[in-house]
Amino acid sequence: MSYGKEFIQELENKAKKIRTGVIECIGVGVAGHVGGSFSSADMITALYFHKMRYDVNDLKKPDRDRFILSKGHVAVLQYAALAEAGIIPKEELKTAKSLGARLQGHPDVIKTPGIEAGTGSLGQGLSIGLGMALGQKMDGYNAKTYVLMGDGEIAEGQIWEAAMAATNFKADNLVGILDRNRLQAMGPIEERFNTNPLIPKWQAFGWHVIEIDGHNMEEILSALDQADTIKGQPTLILMNTVKGKGLSFAENVVGFHNGVLTQELYDTAIKQLA
Amino acid sequence: MTYINQRVAYGNTLVELAKENKNIVALEADLGKSTMSYLFQETFPNRYFEMGIAEADMASVAAGLSQTGKIPFIHSFAVFAAGRAYDQIRQTISIGKLNVKICGSSSGLSDFGDGSTHQAVEDMAIMRAIPNMTVLCPADANETVQMVKAMADIQGPCYIRINRNDYENVTQEDKVFQVGMPSIVKEGHDVVVFACGIMLTKALEAAKTLEGVVSVKVVNVSTIKPLNKEFIVEAAKECKGVVTAEEHSVIGGLGSAVAEALCKACKPIEFVGVNDTFGCSAHNYAEVLEHHGLTTAHIIEAIQCVNK
Repeated sequence: MSYGKEFIQELENKAKKIRTGVIECIGVGVAGHVGGSFSSADMITALYFHKMRYDVNDLKKPDRDRFILSKGHVAVLQYAALAEAGIIPKEELKTAKSLGARLQGHPDVIKTPGIEAGTGSLGQGLSIGLGMALGQKMDGYNAKTYVLMGDGEIAEGQIWEAAMAATNFKADNLVGILDRNRLQAMGPIEERFNTNPLIPKWQAFGWHVIEIDGHNMEEILSALDQADTIKGQPTLILMNTVKGKGLSFAENVVGFHNGVLTQELYDTAIKQLA
Repeated sequence: MTYINQRVAYGNTLVELAKENKNIVALEADLGKSTMSYLFQETFPNRYFEMGIAEADMASVAAGLSQTGKIPFIHSFAVFAAGRAYDQIRQTISIGKLNVKICGSSSGLSDFGDGSTHQAVEDMAIMRAIPNMTVLCPADANETVQMVKAMADIQGPCYIRINRNDYENVTQEDKVFQVGMPSIVKEGHDVVVFACGIMLTKALEAAKTLEGVVSVKVVNVSTIKPLNKEFIVEAAKECKGVVTAEEHSVIGGLGSAVAEALCKACKPIEFVGVNDTFGCSAHNYAEVLEHHGLTTAHIIEAIQCVNK
């Protein structure tokens, strides 16, 4: 399917709003996961505002598509998407991580509407997503489960247990999305615990791999559509991204994995995203 | 059908239960012939998932399945179910109160030949410490049948530890199991023995040996969590002493749970700590400590409370 320029533009504008929501959610003077939120922002926009079928008024609808944030530390990104989608009020973003808040530091399936599973202990989301994909198939729904992972996260062994299991069960309604922003909390992945090469690894585990530019909306949409056509095996969308994408001061800066925004940086961010 | 083996009782009862409840599914980490989940596979091949030797993945996949309305029962040896998959059980299943049932088979020392790597003597302590978890330890095969039936009705995570070996039943075959309700198996007034699992059998034997010398009350405490503290206190009230008996470490299991319930009867004692709940986000450390009752003021309050 090809998409018109206007539609692409519309989604790109939406992605800006979501990035702004992330900044509002993090606020001033408190550490927040800016970098990994911004590298995944375009993909989450495409999922929530085009690809996934869900009903804002009936979030538990059994035949819905599902999204699991395996890299649970960027919960603020999902909160911004939930707010933009009207699932939670936008004003609520400012309450994130405060005592008694529904928006916890990591996704909480009980406290926050629209969250499908608690994540935060890295490496578990792909397994959880596989369980959901298997359940969707058992019930005969033509529904998908999307799991967003980080490239640092895949050092966790359970990712590879799930990768094997998904192939074993021919879970073609499971789509893994790997945000390859090349930086983990301590610095460049290639210079420390190197998880590369990625494509031959995932292929060897039986996945159909699609490599894209994770900030090119057309490529994102086309990869998500291609995943629909793959039968008998799960799909991995490997998206090359820039950590902190969209903020001049945060792009490729390790410190903004979980960085603090001063009032000045906060204002700059809001301006750059306007 | 009468069974004399908890594993066999478990496997067959799960099949019976699954005939009535179509949402029940079973997952196995390559120990199906030991846990007896293979019986489920024979009857419901399409509702049975061989997850490979990958307990962590199995637990998280079960979490996902439960979120589509299924009631997953996951199986492994107790030592792997509670140990290897601990983080998955804690993070997604228990924080989310997901409806996943965990069968820890060959528990305690019952896998006698395989040694320490396969003998779970701390599984109840681990599972008991997790908020939202129900912990069950059947006394025998009869009680196992009743417990498995009750498990499907518990909303939320539940851990059951299953013995590997054959031994005679001491509980009644048709006695319906009620979660959280201990039962007095033998009356007595000198000493009370609180026991679970196979140690209930041993406790009854001990009571019989001491007949005429010491009057021993024997209580089956097969729900380790939630512990019925009122029942424990009442059962111990008129006795001179208390003994606990379990096929588990003396740290963190039934003995600890009973001691926690009874300690106030010996010396006034207050516990300042996190009250069996998960943590939560806050804007600073002091705020979250205060929220959970971990302040100087709480210690002062506790001191005043016991200094009466």
